[in-house]
Amino acid sequence: MSSIPTDLKYASSHEWVRHEGEGVYSVGISEHAQGLLGDMVFVELPEVGDTVSQGDDCAVAESVKAASDIYAPLSGEVVEVNESLADAPEQVNTSPYHDGWMFKVKISDESELDELLDAEGYQNVIDEE
Amino acid sequence: MSQHTALHAKHLEAGAKMVDFFGWHMPINYGSQIEEHHAVRQDAGMFDVSHMTIVDLTGARTRDFLRKLLANDVAKLSVPGKALYTAMLNEQGGVIDDLIVYFLQDDFFRVVVNSATREKDLAWINQHAAAFDVTVTERTELALIAVQGPNAKAKVATLLSSEQQSAVEGMKPFFGVQSGELFIATTGYTGEDGYEIAMPAEKAADFWQRLIDAGVKPAGLGARDTLRLEAGMNLYGQDMDDSVSPLAANMGWTIAWEPSDRDFIGRSALEQQKAKGTDKLVGLVMEQKGVLRHGQRVVVEGGEGIITSGTFSPTLGFSIAMARVPASVGDSAEVDIRGKLVPVKVIKPAFVRMGKKLI
Repeated sequence: MSSIPTDLKYASSHEWVRHEGEGVYSVGISEHAQGLLGDMVFVELPEVGDTVSQGDDCAVAESVKAASDIYAPLSGEVVEVNESLADAPEQVNTSPYHDGWMFKVKISDESELDELLDAEGYQNVIDEE
Repeated sequence: MSQHTALHAKHLEAGAKMVDFFGWHMPINYGSQIEEHHAVRQDAGMFDVSHMTIVDLTGARTRDFLRKLLANDVAKLSVPGKALYTAMLNEQGGVIDDLIVYFLQDDFFRVVVNSATREKDLAWINQHAAAFDVTVTERTELALIAVQGPNAKAKVATLLSSEQQSAVEGMKPFFGVQSGELFIATTGYTGEDGYEIAMPAEKAADFWQRLIDAGVKPAGLGARDTLRLEAGMNLYGQDMDDSVSPLAANMGWTIAWEPSDRDFIGRSALEQQKAKGTDKLVGLVMEQKGVLRHGQRVVVEGGEGIITSGTFSPTLGFSIAMARVPASVGDSAEVDIRGKLVPVKVIKPAFVRMGKKLI
């Protein structure tokens, strides 16, 4: 069974978000999702300054197996991207919740947080797959 | 209900990620496909390929039968143990399967065919064997382990009896020998040195564990696919099938046209295809970011083709593919990756062999 930290929130499309303070949230994919995709070989990230809307495909995770869209779990402006994934995309596999983060969003609509799942809700999504 | 090989419990014990593979519950990886890939290129890895179908053919006229059945010519096999890679064609010149045939004795040949095509292969073989009084025996009681990599043979040697060691000593590529309970062949599907070893199923788990203890790393079907693609080896069902001529699948070299009076199944169709010209299977290389995938459209000089197999090459660090394209293809092409046309190089379909980058 894969780990689902309880201090994070989740989208049913397998992204997680972590509050970094001052309305900035980091985004990555869950341990369950990286397991499904297999070894990551490229991660195509959004650009800093891009505006994303909740549910937009804004990044692509290419694994040995498939190319998979990553959807913005929250609307806002991209304020930072994880440049180290360019040389070491495998961090998404080895440390999906920490070193494997993908981008950070300064959110524009706090209410969207309510639409995300907690750990238990996300576990239910996985169980139903 | 999916089928299990004799090594199923060993895969679960190792924490393998299991998938359904044409009715077999098989390991796709044991954690990291890329690490398993590198283990085979750099050291020694092993694959459970017990799902593959081993078929023994016996009878005085077995050689005549195979000269009819197969596009390559078993008349080339004069030394016992020698093996041949060949297509088995239908009358329309399409590939029913690709296989390896071993010449063991004048009245005894062994073929190893794909598991996904097992039923139609056996039906086809049986249909044509009758006229030659050849007995067709599927060896389901055998397990098959492929041990591959630059250090594979040395590591296997530590498990062999002295009799077996001398049986395989100096054995050239594409030979097989029965010694004790093991049928040891210098074949594989990775482009590396190594063996494919058939043994009684009940011995397989112990043999597998002893290989682990000797430092051989288990590798799954995922690494097997990236390794074979780097080596430029076809995957049946993807790079060719019943509707594809071997001439359009980079298998022209496996067709034995001489002697011209050998009337193998599919010959007349092939001769027409050859005269008319066919598409060809080429290699593609994309050095920029992204991964070429099966089914993507390829735009070449004089027309369009399709990627039959594509992947990220762990050895090269960028993406490679095999594509079937019009013969007018030049040395560059464009691939439609999710709506964007991306330039790629066109080369012969072989990328890495024996640990060496070919591009």
